[in-house]
Amino acid sequence: MEETGGVKLLGFWVSPFAQRVKWALKLKGIQYEYTEEDIYNKSPLVSKLNPVYGKVPVLVHNGKPISESIIILEYIDEVWKQAPLLPQDPYERAQARFWAKFAEEKVRQSVWEAVCSSGEEKQKAVKSAVEAFEEFEKELKRRGTKFFGGETIGFVDIVAGCISYQLAVHEEVGSIKILDSSKFPAISEWIKNFLNHPLINEGLPQKDQMFAYFSKRSKEIASRKMSHKTA
Amino acid sequence: MAEEVKLFRTWSSPYALRIVWALKLKGIEYETIFEDLTNKSPSLLQYNPIHGKVPVLVHDGKPVCESLVILEYVDETWKHNPLLPQDPYEKSMARFWANFGDDKLMKSIWQLFIAHEKDQDVAAVAALENLKLVEEQLKGKKFFHGETIGYLDLAFGWIANIVSILEEIMSLKLVDGERFPHLSSWIQHFMDAPVIRDCWPPRDKMIIKFQVMRENYLAPATPK
Repeated sequence: MEETGGVKLLGFWVSPFAQRVKWALKLKGIQYEYTEEDIYNKSPLVSKLNPVYGKVPVLVHNGKPISESIIILEYIDEVWKQAPLLPQDPYERAQARFWAKFAEEKVRQSVWEAVCSSGEEKQKAVKSAVEAFEEFEKELKRRGTKFFGGETIGFVDIVAGCISYQLAVHEEVGSIKILDSSKFPAISEWIKNFLNHPLINEGLPQKDQMFAYFSKRSKEIASRKMSHKTA
Repeated sequence: MAEEVKLFRTWSSPYALRIVWALKLKGIEYETIFEDLTNKSPSLLQYNPIHGKVPVLVHDGKPVCESLVILEYVDETWKHNPLLPQDPYEKSMARFWANFGDDKLMKSIWQLFIAHEKDQDVAAVAALENLKLVEEQLKGKKFFHGETIGYLDLAFGWIANIVSILEEIMSLKLVDGERFPHLSSWIQHFMDAPVIRDCWPPRDKMIIKFQVMRENYLAPATPK
C-alpha cells in the first residue's frame, strides 16, 4: 500500500540526529518538507510536536509527530518498505538494534563528552571513546562487509554515520585524537565508503560552520560544568 | 526441533524481570541462569562481552542483550500473544515511552532516592513531573496498550515494584492515589496479574539491598 500522506521533518542544521532522519528519507526516496528550527530560540511548533523533550528532529507523518531519531528510523523503515534499513531476520535485527544503541551511547556520546570536558574528566572520556571505537572496529572487521548492514547502507550505518563527517571537527574543537587510521583501518574504510554515497554526502553542513558552532557550544557546556562545580 | 532458550539474570534486576514476564506471557520454556555480578560467569562474559550485564537471552546458542532489544526479539520470534502494537505509529509511541521510562523517569527517581536532604525538594519536582507524564498515558486505559498487558507495561513494570520499596526506605510517598489515580490503579492491576505477581523478587531482600545502596551514596558527604 503506497503511503501518500504528507511527510514533514523539523530539524536543526548541524544536528546529527536530524541528519540520521534525512539520510533515511533520502535513501528511501521519500519526499518531505523540511523546516529548520532554531533550537536556541524555539518556536511554539517544537513544544507542540515534542512536548516531552522539546527537541528536534521530529517527523510528522499524516499529521502525527514522532520524535527521537532512532525511533523515527524504525518508524520510517516500517512504513516505507523499499531500501530496507533493518534486516528481516529477528536475530540480525536484534544485533542491529544493539549496535545502534552502542553507536549512540558509547561512540557518539563519549566523543562529545571528551570535547566538552577538561583535565581528568576529559582523559576518562577520551579513554571511553577509544574503547568504544575498538569494539566498533572489531565488529566491523568481524562482519567483513562494506557497511555495517552488508553491501548497502543500513540502520547502524545511519545511526553511527554522524562520526563520518563530524568526528574530525570534534577532534579539532576538543584538541583530542581518537580516530587513528592505522589503529582503526576498518572504521576509516567504512567512513570513506559511507561518505562516497552521493545521498549521504549531499547537503552536509560546512566544516568551518560546524567548527564555529561546536567550538561555541562546547565552551558553553564546559563553563556550565565549571559553574556547577564551584557553586 | 526443540528450541533451547536460556535467560541470564540476577535475582533483583528489573530489566531481567521484563524478559521473565515476556517469556511467561508467550508460554516459552526456558532455563534460568542466576548470575552474581561481582563474580561473573565465563558464559555471561562470552555472551555479553561488551557490557557484561544481565539480562542476556540465549536462543539456540545465539545471545541477545539489552532488555528492550530482547523484548522486541521475543515478540518478533514468537508471534502469538503480541507485546507490541501492530500499527507503526503506535509502536513508535510504545518505544518512545519505554525509552522515556529508562532514560528520564528511572534516573529522576533514582536521583531523588540518593539525594541529600537539602537536594530532595528539587529532585522530587523532576521525579513528579516525569511521573505525571506517565500518568497521562494511562488515562482511559487499564494497561498501557488497553485491556491486556503488553510491551510498555513490561517496560514500566519496575514502577510497580521498586517505587514502593524506595518509598518505604525514604519514608516518602511518591505515587499516591490522589495525585496519580491512573498510575496507582495500573500498579494494582499489574501486580495482581497472574503472569506478573509470582515473579517479584523477595521484598525484604530488596529493601536491604536498596537501603545499603542509599547509605553508600549518602555516607561520604554526611557532615560531622
